[in-house]
Amino acid sequence: MMGSKPQISAARRRFLVDMARTAGGVALFAGGLGLYARQAHSLPSLAIRPPGARDEEQFLGSCIRCGLCVRDCPFDTLSLATLDDAVALGTPYFTARSIPCEMCDDIPCVKACPTGALNPELTDIDAARMGLAVLIDQENCLNFQGLRCEVCYSVCPSIDKAITLERHHNPRSDKHAVFIPVVHSDHCTGCGKCEKACVLEKAAIKILPMYLARGELGQHYRWGWEEKQKAGRSLVTPDQQHQYNLPEGQRYDYAGEGLIYEQGGELPFDADPLETLNRGLEQQR
Amino acid sequence: MKLTRRDFIKSNAIAATATAAGITIPGVGGALAASKDVIRWDKAPCRFCGTGCSVLVGTKEGRVVATQGDPDAPVNRGLNCIKGYFLSKIMYGKDRLTQPLLRKTNGKYDKNGEFTPVSWDEAFDVMAEKFKAALKNDMEANRGKPADEVVSTVGMFGSGQWTVFEGYAALKLYKAGFRSNHIDPNARHCMASAVGGFMRAFGADEPMGCYDDLEHADAFVLWGSNMSEMHPILWSRLTDTRLTKPGCEVHVLSTFEHRCFDLGDNNMVFVPQTDLAILNYIANYIIQKKAYNQAFIDKHVNFTATPTDIGYGLRPEHPLEQKAANAGGGKLSAISFEEYAKSVEPYTLEYTSKLSGVPEANLERLAKLYADPARKVTSFWTMGFNQHTRGVWANGLVYNIHLLMGKISEPGNSPFSLTGQPSACGTAREVGTFSHRLPADYVVNKKPHRDLAEKIWKLPEGTVPGKVGYHAVLQNRMLKDGKLNAYWVMCNNNMQAAANMNEETYPGYRNPANFIVVSDPYPTVTAMAADLILPTAMWTEKEGAYGNAERRTQFWRQQVKAPGESRSDLWQLVEFSKRFKVEEVWPEDLLAKQPESRGKTLYDVLFANGQVDKFKMQLVTDDEGNIYGNQEMDDFGFYVQKGLFEEYRRFQLEGPKVGHELATFDTYHKVRGLRWPVIDGKETLWRYREGYDPYVKKGQEVAFYGNEDGRANVITAPYEPAAESPDEEFDLWLSTGRVLEHWHSGSMTRRVPELYRAFPDAVIFMHPDDAKERGLRRGVPARIVSRRGEMIARVETRGRNRPPRGLIFVPWFDASRLINKVTLDATDPLSKETDYKKCAVKVAKV
Repeated sequence: MMGSKPQISAARRRFLVDMARTAGGVALFAGGLGLYARQAHSLPSLAIRPPGARDEEQFLGSCIRCGLCVRDCPFDTLSLATLDDAVALGTPYFTARSIPCEMCDDIPCVKACPTGALNPELTDIDAARMGLAVLIDQENCLNFQGLRCEVCYSVCPSIDKAITLERHHNPRSDKHAVFIPVVHSDHCTGCGKCEKACVLEKAAIKILPMYLARGELGQHYRWGWEEKQKAGRSLVTPDQQHQYNLPEGQRYDYAGEGLIYEQGGELPFDADPLETLNRGLEQQR
Repeated sequence: MKLTRRDFIKSNAIAATATAAGITIPGVGGALAASKDVIRWDKAPCRFCGTGCSVLVGTKEGRVVATQGDPDAPVNRGLNCIKGYFLSKIMYGKDRLTQPLLRKTNGKYDKNGEFTPVSWDEAFDVMAEKFKAALKNDMEANRGKPADEVVSTVGMFGSGQWTVFEGYAALKLYKAGFRSNHIDPNARHCMASAVGGFMRAFGADEPMGCYDDLEHADAFVLWGSNMSEMHPILWSRLTDTRLTKPGCEVHVLSTFEHRCFDLGDNNMVFVPQTDLAILNYIANYIIQKKAYNQAFIDKHVNFTATPTDIGYGLRPEHPLEQKAANAGGGKLSAISFEEYAKSVEPYTLEYTSKLSGVPEANLERLAKLYADPARKVTSFWTMGFNQHTRGVWANGLVYNIHLLMGKISEPGNSPFSLTGQPSACGTAREVGTFSHRLPADYVVNKKPHRDLAEKIWKLPEGTVPGKVGYHAVLQNRMLKDGKLNAYWVMCNNNMQAAANMNEETYPGYRNPANFIVVSDPYPTVTAMAADLILPTAMWTEKEGAYGNAERRTQFWRQQVKAPGESRSDLWQLVEFSKRFKVEEVWPEDLLAKQPESRGKTLYDVLFANGQVDKFKMQLVTDDEGNIYGNQEMDDFGFYVQKGLFEEYRRFQLEGPKVGHELATFDTYHKVRGLRWPVIDGKETLWRYREGYDPYVKKGQEVAFYGNEDGRANVITAPYEPAAESPDEEFDLWLSTGRVLEHWHSGSMTRRVPELYRAFPDAVIFMHPDDAKERGLRRGVPARIVSRRGEMIARVETRGRNRPPRGLIFVPWFDASRLINKVTLDATDPLSKETDYKKCAVKVAKV
């Protein structure tokens, strides 16, 4: 299939561009300017831009709707928006559940872009941020219930980085572990392989555009452990050695376990067996 | 369940009879009502791996519409893996075969004709004609020969996915009916080395422990087992113990990094085949540190040696076989402890680390774990050990370690061989559908064992042939050589599985001298190579029983009717037996011993023998009063499954071997499986240990009663190289294996759209530097070439498997990419199991 790709793509591109032009023309003649304007400013939540796409506003400003990225996509992932698509007319996008991005090492779509709407500085596909995978429906996700699906994890091209499995005890079965898929935004490119592969009728994991996927921490707060890691040391003078009042046989591990009973520490018996024997049964400790 | 008119009449008749007799049959009325709107739930084991999870199967209007993990099942407690999740879809692939198909030209059978729908009658007519022609030749060839010299040209390749009843019927039809031991299951590709290991060490097959070891061990060692993907629910139990038990450790050994490495505390990637050296190093460490359990050794262990330089199970004229000093040798000779110690002495830490490529610190940590008497260790292995040209040795070497330490047969201390197929244990091994076996660990080449079979089967002495038949790989060679002419493949996909397909499998199927029958629900690669295809009922379209890896036997009822004219393997075997008069298969001297059988059919003497047909037609119901169909009972007029099972049980009860006892047929329909031996209604969790196993007498502590002296054999065996290693031209190791989403060659899982989408095509897992060096980018197609054949697939340098440099991994499930054209048909000369983990290939741009 890949061998015959260029011919097909050229035709396909022509077709798509023509379609877009015709549709655009019709829209304009139909007085659909308002519709076009609305489309141009809002990207639907499941339409994902190609790798390297600049911020939506900037992207729309620089994309000339030429369709070259679509032509050069070897996997037919990218489409040009038509009037029906609710994506700005003639611009490239993909729907992860249909055809996800295969994350080509040489990023042909970016190379094809004549205007830099797809940022040519993107040369490492792992640095692409097309969107972010979000495990939206935890109630229907099979792994959350303790089943062993994890197809989203297994198909992830950045397995163990973009998606990891967090292991927990499964209190319901009490003998099994659950493997919770966790997405990490510092590695997820938004390629959409996970959403495509999700075996549910409707995917529990979905790629969302960044603006929908991400929250934002208040400017007034920092994650203390991250700041400490960044600095490589405590941000203020390290804590002093602490000392404690403790009974015999116990010690306190400040940074670790807390209170520790030394070996041969507290037991419910007195050292002298006679003490135990002579105590009334009710007074047993 | 959709009630057919016949069912309706039957249940109404029963209700009417009951009313007349003044009794109420619970739920008979209810079942009729329930059939319309309500989903009926009943239990069944999962169709896929050897774990043996149980599901509840939801049926409505004659169709399985849903499943759920069975919350009351001890193995999985309501959970499933992704394959189990899709069980309800496996029977409803769009391309189900629904009628027999025969290759024909101009209305007549033609080996080179097109597949044409035919009736069962016509299918069996042609098939019987071909079988009879072969059997006639056999009768001629065997004239005047004693039982242990009898030869045959008819054969069968069966399955660890057969139900217990099917395996038993097939074994009986071939070994007693056709007098052919050329019957072998696909478990030969899977578990044969494990069987060899068990028999040589303990004189009895199957693990001593059970899945409760997963909660009782302090540490786990995985030897060539990617449990994370292949036994997903067991892996989640293991993971839970690792998470919740303080100090619990997981050690993982493999020839490439896979998903288990994510949990591993001590991960080791070793050079293929050097696991043999690592195993011996551990034994050496234990001896050097004097950590062994002297009391256990003195009382319960023998030391032995096995012949070395035994070849690679290739054709005898192959240079490697010519070169081997003791090709196929396996007779054990007794040695002393000192001699044993000396035999492992060369396996020092330094030598082993160098040979295996595993850092010394990792090896030593592993050895210390085994050598620590205070820590309970469970060792798991699957295909990494079994699909190995020294697989029986490898199995034995891990027993050596456990036996030196006495870490065996008690909770948490367990060398544990996991199985791949759902009834590799229950059917292939316990029923004994191998070319050398009979039920309950009996074998064909021992006269007393054949005598027992003939007694139970009420057949004349000398019926069962005494020569071991053709094993799986040999069957293909014999087909090619024209020495096996009438061949029935049932419940497996060997054209996609058997190694070196181009040179050794396909030619035999298409050999004009041969007639090949394939029974399958789907048009598999094997079916395509057949002359006659028989459409088969699958899973809950028939009543069945499976036995899992922890000796647990689980039953299910028929939930729905099979589509079209599909019939179960059991029905096919029993129905086909009607086509043969005993005079057509047995010589005069046998008939003379049993004149009352003259003029009868094989059906009469094997199945309607007063035992198998003992249980008359009855209504199959559950406690809720639901009524279930039973196609075989309807067609043959008796409870076939029950009759076969109760006859089969007699092998466990009437022979000299003990410890294989199963409970009664009716018991299993009520329970969520029982782990055998079942003695006085009680399950056995750990075998050979006093208190757990009733066959161990008071004061004995441990008794390996499968061996006459009650002792287990430590068997020393050295490291020997693989059959084929990378060289200048073929510069990479190829290992094959599986993925979580697919099982059984993908014949079922690839027909579930969601599973297909999750992992559509086989890929070449490869180290990024190896790819780069060959000018290959991730995602581009590449050609894998071996001395035998080639295959094209896309390169994957990321993902779940991370091979080291010099090794590629290709998962086996993809019917459109046949990796078995590339793999080598070298086998373990002892177990005859193929090594699918090691051969030499090169990979290049397409």
